[in-house]
Amino acid sequence: MGIEGIGASVVRKEDKRFITGKGRYVDDIKLVGMTHAHFIRSPHPHAKIKGIDASAALKMPGVLAVLNGKELVDDKIGNLICGWMIHSKDGSPMKMGAWPAMAPEVVRFVGQAVAVVIAESKNQARDAAEAVVVDYEELPAVADVKAAIAPGAPQLHPEAPGNQVYDWVIGDEAAVNDAFSKAANVVTMELSNNRLVPNAMEPRAAIADYDAAEEHFTLYTTSQNPHVARLVLSAFYNIAPEHKLRVIAPDVGGGFGSKIYIYPEEMVALWASKKVGRPVKWTGDRTESFLTDAHGRDHVTKAEMAFDKDHKITGLRVKTYANFGGYMSLFSSSVPTYLYATLLSGQYTIPAIHAEVIGVYTNTTPVDAYRGAGRPEASYLLERMMETAARQLKVDPAELRKKNFITQFPHQTPVIMAYDAGDFNASLDAAMKAIDYAGFPSRKAKAKSEGKLRGIGVSCYIEACGIAPSKAVGSLGAGVGLWESAEVRVNPVGTIEVLTGSHSHGQGHETAFAQLVADRLGISINQVQIVHGDTDKVQFGMGTYGSRSAAVGLTAILKAMEKVEAKAKKIAAHQLEASEADIVIEGGEFKVTGTDKKIALPMVALAAYTAHNLPDGMEPGLKESAFYDPSNFTFPAGSYICELEVDPGTGKTTFVNFVAADDFGRLINPMIVEGQVHGGLAQGIGQALLEHAVYDGNGQPVTASFMDYAMPRADDLPSFKLSHTTTLCPGNPLGVKGCGEAGAIGSSAAVINAITDAIGNNALEMPATPDRVWRAMQG
Amino acid sequence: MSQVQLTVNGKAVSADVEDRTLLVHLLRDHLNLTGTHVGCDTSQCGACTVHIDGRAVKSCTVLAGQADGASVTTIEGIARGDELHPMQAAFRDNHGLQCGFCTPGMIMSAIDIVSRHGGQLDEATVRHELEGNICRCTGYHNIVKAVLDAAGRMKVAQAAE
Repeated sequence: MGIEGIGASVVRKEDKRFITGKGRYVDDIKLVGMTHAHFIRSPHPHAKIKGIDASAALKMPGVLAVLNGKELVDDKIGNLICGWMIHSKDGSPMKMGAWPAMAPEVVRFVGQAVAVVIAESKNQARDAAEAVVVDYEELPAVADVKAAIAPGAPQLHPEAPGNQVYDWVIGDEAAVNDAFSKAANVVTMELSNNRLVPNAMEPRAAIADYDAAEEHFTLYTTSQNPHVARLVLSAFYNIAPEHKLRVIAPDVGGGFGSKIYIYPEEMVALWASKKVGRPVKWTGDRTESFLTDAHGRDHVTKAEMAFDKDHKITGLRVKTYANFGGYMSLFSSSVPTYLYATLLSGQYTIPAIHAEVIGVYTNTTPVDAYRGAGRPEASYLLERMMETAARQLKVDPAELRKKNFITQFPHQTPVIMAYDAGDFNASLDAAMKAIDYAGFPSRKAKAKSEGKLRGIGVSCYIEACGIAPSKAVGSLGAGVGLWESAEVRVNPVGTIEVLTGSHSHGQGHETAFAQLVADRLGISINQVQIVHGDTDKVQFGMGTYGSRSAAVGLTAILKAMEKVEAKAKKIAAHQLEASEADIVIEGGEFKVTGTDKKIALPMVALAAYTAHNLPDGMEPGLKESAFYDPSNFTFPAGSYICELEVDPGTGKTTFVNFVAADDFGRLINPMIVEGQVHGGLAQGIGQALLEHAVYDGNGQPVTASFMDYAMPRADDLPSFKLSHTTTLCPGNPLGVKGCGEAGAIGSSAAVINAITDAIGNNALEMPATPDRVWRAMQG
Repeated sequence: MSQVQLTVNGKAVSADVEDRTLLVHLLRDHLNLTGTHVGCDTSQCGACTVHIDGRAVKSCTVLAGQADGASVTTIEGIARGDELHPMQAAFRDNHGLQCGFCTPGMIMSAIDIVSRHGGQLDEATVRHELEGNICRCTGYHNIVKAVLDAAGRMKVAQAAE
């Protein structure tokens, strides 16, 4: 590795613009003649729209138009789609109601858009929205997943009787029943996984600009995947064909999944821009984020785990109710099925697993993938079960895990996944050493003497990342392939532009991706520019989510680099009158091994573009592209251990130590990797202790601002102690596994296991607020 | 409409704004200083933090009119030409930012924290003082490191002056 190559903690190239206030986010962009949109949203969780009177609003200063859902229908704008087909156990396709971008007749969650005001200024649009009168007839509503499937519950969509979207199963039920009939011990738990709001710090925003002469749209949007946005807007929403729609996702202020989806606001902005003949900007406020960004998690689960007399797991039975909200968001159907139940084997050899997942409509904001997406729910469930099992069996929780760890690879689980590599003992040992696990009993005793309850909690997670082999996900119902594309352009002066379909919204691609190029050619990262986020520049891309950008996006760049290098070697050999096989690339030069003959990269590039002296038959230029489709998922795994104290008088928890030992395969930039883990841990700990999107019994959200929803703040969190163990991923040439979601997947259970250890009561739900902990302590 | 006159990043500026205009919107929409961000609507997140007469203030809690006559410094105004402010450099060197959206507010708050506490900062104090700035990316780990690092750098810089 060079000082800027693979494995170096290089400070980020992109930071300068962010620390000097020169980042360019969507809301920072102004177009000539730009107008402003403000949406009118339902205050009711479930209601019929009897009429919309915009006559007063239309007379107000600066108002250009007030548009509603009926006009969308009239203009044949398509409904929002769900792009992953799931079939119920009876073979029937999932049952979905239509989701129009603005509701023409019925609203099904608080915050659903019913109309939009377009005005000269933001304030004028907001003022006019106050004057639009929407006549609603309120309908009974239901927010809780169990209540929604109970007989007599209010019904959301006629297409989905009983509010049930699907009843899906995976695994061998008979084998599981057999395991339980022979079990020496059975552990049973009922757990909920609390609903979360992603809350990227930059609220969603969009600017749509229609060029009537060219019949061409440009959309600036806060997207993790601008090409997917263009594809969906073109293929399903009837906005414009792909060649007449340019989507730009400039600097994007965090995503965590919530900016994967194509939301009503972008669609409406595009449509409205054509209608008013002017650019239209919409920038959400934070309350709109709470009401309309896709939420995460929200499961209710009953699980049973069977053990034999030697404490080996013999079976796992899971039944989960997943709350989807009022409509099926873009990838929502896949989250509690193929992203959740396929990880229920965790790090353990479990011979038989059966899971049933019932997807349910409720009068709440739609739920979709949020950092980890299904895998945090699986990990939390399993790791709570393992800790509870250890207590029930009266064995050390770490030892029980080790006894059941998978140690031979590849390992085929009973729930689709084939783990390719790992060393689970190594990461657990590293974490136990880092926290001095052996010394815990004496620390606990000392804390007790000081009036504090000290607890320790282990969590061993595994995730399936590098999403995903296209053929595999296609066979499971995905509507898209999940490969990635890249293009490497060597300019005539030898500088390099890399165009990638991955999108960086905090992950540091502009640095980490440049490190690969620098590493291979022996040049500085400053000679490399990473270009992303613009459908007019980048050939195509599936975007960034599911910890896929290193494993899939960077491998695509590697594949394009290999083609560039092969051609450049041919040119160098020709110029140096040497054999191509003797050319090596070092320090930005092409050298003939064993001689002092060499030619610098800029001269090779110049030769490629002047084309005065190329090998016979060679095309001029030095630019190659690649599409890379992974052969398998990747399987990052690791162990987290949390040590904390609970104040017996108040139930308040205080962190003593939090250690993480992750196996991400090869690390490109360890500094960036650790930053990703820190952020993931904060979100997992936030779920464990603080965050909860709460609805009252009638579907009114009661946590729709930062005043009401507890975001993790600096003084809620400890500093983390990170370490890494390494098994290279055999599935890609870089050996990388992905690191973006691990922290959020593994940490929640470690925290709750530590608290339940401290208080001696396993019955505790997230978020473990002081109030809940105190009540649990009372038994 | 009212005219407000103030100094922003050392330059005298004036603007005619609606009376309800917040300082953050004056900066972003009228003066094109888009480094100051809006991350919430309840003065909780701190992405809009600027300095008014040397003190860190959330510019979404201040009407533009209230800043009349004041001296405002934004993220765009703290570097000296190409020389970064020590807090900016510390955020970069410690990987104290990811998506960058909360970063300007974090840096402006952090400068104020260091100047109020001098060099007498520890991790607990920094964490407590940063309570009014929300970051969703970093888990604060590297932000805390950056602030402590910058506190040392600012002490050195002060001693040099």
